[in-house]
Amino acid sequence: MKGFWDYTKRNPSFGIGLFILLGLILFSTVGRLFINQNDAYTQTVDFNQPPNSKHPFGTDNQGRDLLAMMVLGTGMTLEIGAIAGGVGLGAGIVLGFVAGYYGGLFDTILTSIIDVYMTIPSFLILILVATTFRSVTLGVTEMGLIVALVSWAGSARAIRAQVLTMRERPFVMMAKLSGMGSLEIVMKELVPNLLPFLVMSLSNSVYGGISSSLGLEAIGIGNRRNPTMGMTLFYVNYYSAFLLGLWWWILEPVVVIVLTLTSLVLISIGLDEIANPRRRRKV
Amino acid sequence: MSTPLIEIKDLRTYFYVRAGTVKAIDGVNLILERGVKLGLVGESGSGKTTMALAIMRMIKPPGTVEGQVLLDGVDLVKLSGEEMRKTRLGQIAMIPQGAMNSLNPVARIRASMVEGMTDHGIRLSKEEMNKRIENLLEIVELPAKVARMYPHELSGGMKQRVTVAIAISLRPKVLIADEPTSALDVVIQRQVMETITRLVKELELSMILIGHDMGLMAQSVDKLAVMYAGKLAETGDVRDMFADPMHPYTQALISSLPVLGRRGVFHGLPGIPPSVINPPVGCLFASRCPKVIAGVCVEQNPVLREVKPGRWVSCHLYKE
Amino acid sequence: MAPLMELRNVTKTFGGGENRTIALDDMTFGVEPDFPHIITIAGESGSGKTTMMMLLLGFYEPTLGTVLYNNVNIWKMSRSETVDFRRNVQAVFQDPFAVYNPFYKVDNLLSIPIKNFKLANSKKEARQLMENALTRVGLRPEETLGRFPHQLSGGQRQRIAVARALVLNPKLLIADEPVSMVDASLRATILKQIRELNQDLHIPILYITHDLTTAYHVSDYILVLYRGSVMEAGDVEQVIRDPKHPYTKLLVNSIPWPDPNQLWGEAVEASTKKVTAEHAGCKFASRCPHVFEKCLQSQPPLFISSEALLKSTVGHASACYLYEGSDVLTKDQNLIQLFHK
Repeated sequence: MKGFWDYTKRNPSFGIGLFILLGLILFSTVGRLFINQNDAYTQTVDFNQPPNSKHPFGTDNQGRDLLAMMVLGTGMTLEIGAIAGGVGLGAGIVLGFVAGYYGGLFDTILTSIIDVYMTIPSFLILILVATTFRSVTLGVTEMGLIVALVSWAGSARAIRAQVLTMRERPFVMMAKLSGMGSLEIVMKELVPNLLPFLVMSLSNSVYGGISSSLGLEAIGIGNRRNPTMGMTLFYVNYYSAFLLGLWWWILEPVVVIVLTLTSLVLISIGLDEIANPRRRRKV
Repeated sequence: MSTPLIEIKDLRTYFYVRAGTVKAIDGVNLILERGVKLGLVGESGSGKTTMALAIMRMIKPPGTVEGQVLLDGVDLVKLSGEEMRKTRLGQIAMIPQGAMNSLNPVARIRASMVEGMTDHGIRLSKEEMNKRIENLLEIVELPAKVARMYPHELSGGMKQRVTVAIAISLRPKVLIADEPTSALDVVIQRQVMETITRLVKELELSMILIGHDMGLMAQSVDKLAVMYAGKLAETGDVRDMFADPMHPYTQALISSLPVLGRRGVFHGLPGIPPSVINPPVGCLFASRCPKVIAGVCVEQNPVLREVKPGRWVSCHLYKE
Repeated sequence: MAPLMELRNVTKTFGGGENRTIALDDMTFGVEPDFPHIITIAGESGSGKTTMMMLLLGFYEPTLGTVLYNNVNIWKMSRSETVDFRRNVQAVFQDPFAVYNPFYKVDNLLSIPIKNFKLANSKKEARQLMENALTRVGLRPEETLGRFPHQLSGGQRQRIAVARALVLNPKLLIADEPVSMVDASLRATILKQIRELNQDLHIPILYITHDLTTAYHVSDYILVLYRGSVMEAGDVEQVIRDPKHPYTKLLVNSIPWPDPNQLWGEAVEASTKKVTAEHAGCKFASRCPHVFEKCLQSQPPLFISSEALLKSTVGHASACYLYEGSDVLTKDQNLIQLFHK
């Protein structure tokens, strides 16, 4: 544990990014203790209120308490990102490792699919898929899974590339000479070495997932009742919050989005340092 | 008796890092006479490449260079940045390790060669420059058409010759070559080394050849200097050094080498090379030395002394 | 005696069309179990020596020909046969750092094969095996076990790799440039241990290198490869003192002996005849100072030097038409027969 703390000190990018992300998670979890969840949905007469003692984050034009909305919504956006990132990366890992290590026909087919798939604008795919569902059935999990549909390809390709380079390394040859089977080699030799890269990929995947979900929600695709960041922005736009000067309603989701995405980028940059080892080995 | 071309006096290069002080070079005294080829040999951690960088004043912080490096009486350590820049290539040129892979891959050879010269203020007409380039290529035994080619079109040996041509383009007084042939096959290695030694003789340069291959040293240099853990263990005429090594490290090194006529006899050196971070007092070779003397070897640093004419050894075994 | 491991008319090519390179060209070579000697496979880059190792270890599949272990094609082996093959054919590689997975302690290099090949019955026994092997190669178990690769020096790491070979006690060891990335003062120690593996445990060893000085120092016999074919083969003392093939002469002449009294002699004259056209003849023709018509027509087979046979020493063969008229070692015959008295 001490090693981890030392590492965050030496790698400020990673440390700060992690710190911000943890802060946001705390906000969305512990924050629930301080709010009444219903306030995020109940429409009251206190609409368009700037931050005051009763509503520290103000209210929107339906009279919903923005603090409650932010607490819940941040959690939802993060959850969508986590599902999208996790599932997307998970699929990418399995496919990338199998294609990279075993090669052969599977690899050729997979690479061709990925190459074609990635030329299609992902947003189009998302819109097509998402609009086939009725918006009320699009919960957080469903949104996450839909977004994962486009993120798996990039991960698979990146991981496959990493596996290809590792496959030829002497320690893999040594493992074969030591009687290790292919699956064992992948699990015990390759995965641990790729751990930093995989965590970085997760960070990127989550980033992509959140961005995509924001894109969909901001144009109104998704469950309109969920106070996610994207949905909030949708309403901000729909109800002309700019013209009405409702700055708090605009600022809050934007700040959360900026913090979330920045923290992910910082983590990614921080991990890049160990994912790309350019250590000179002295013999 | 002409003055030596290079006189290195008490050269120290220390790196101040979090873990302590890395004494990469710890008080080296060395002389390079005119027209002499000096071989600087050592293993990993000996400081030999750091020596080249220190002489060329290319040590970056947290490293510092102290002591004197006199080139024809001028102390390079005390020169300003601009003055040192002019000295590099103009007076003292270096072919660093892996030089052949550092040629600009998108520039033709001619462009790479011209760059060094124009940076030093050489202004020549196109014909004059072409002539000079042709001349340089001829010295390193490359055909003139190489000037129009790109690095990837050349073989390893040819690329290395180009780096040599660049190094001598301003007719320096000293050429420092750091492992110039390490990546080359043995046949090409001989050819490139012979080209280098021949042109050093023709152009009346002095040379410092840095490496770990004692075989190459035996074939190519006049004088040999053996480094160990940042210090100079022994130095002298190369034939004399091989015939009669005096420092126990040199003795162990030479007896471990394979020679024609002596097969199957293996004399290894036990132990591991020392760390030069916060080194203790005393001889750093003591823990591996087969001739270690109890007490003095661990308590006192040995001093480099001229034990017989032209032979300097840093060892408690030898009292002047 | 049936060979332990055999390459039978093996050819390996890479790439296709214009970029096709023949890394190994119709090579027949076998290691016999009752012939425990150190044989050097020598060559420069592009000679095919590394390809030969990769084929023998089953990491490359031959384009033509078969690779056999105990007379079974290694690419058509059953599961149990493969385990036996893997257990008995081992290697020491060039880079003392790259063979370790930086994630694990160095113990892994030894403990995993012990576990997989069931070389010990208990953890205690395994530990004992490891400690014995480490001591045998001059390392102290308490200073090496439990450490990570980056905490040890290159020499130590390479010695652990040799200790691994000791523990496994294979039937064949292939050492690929085991000392080229190790400091000069440590090379002799590691070469000595390789020699001991051979002498004490009677393990035949293939020593792959481009450094003829270490080859001379440690091995008994030598095969000189050039662009995928064998140019010369014989007793290492003989081949280096009295090379027959023009290519070997060129190589031997370029050896930088660490002896100022053994300087590079006369430079071997480069060929004055320009042989630039494609031809089906000897691979060395374009660089050979003695090239003549026949050299361009077909590849010379290995001619066995009659004078060596007369002296009743081991066979010495070279693939050069200069020696035409002597007995021939055909492409189907095992090169190793050359080394039998």
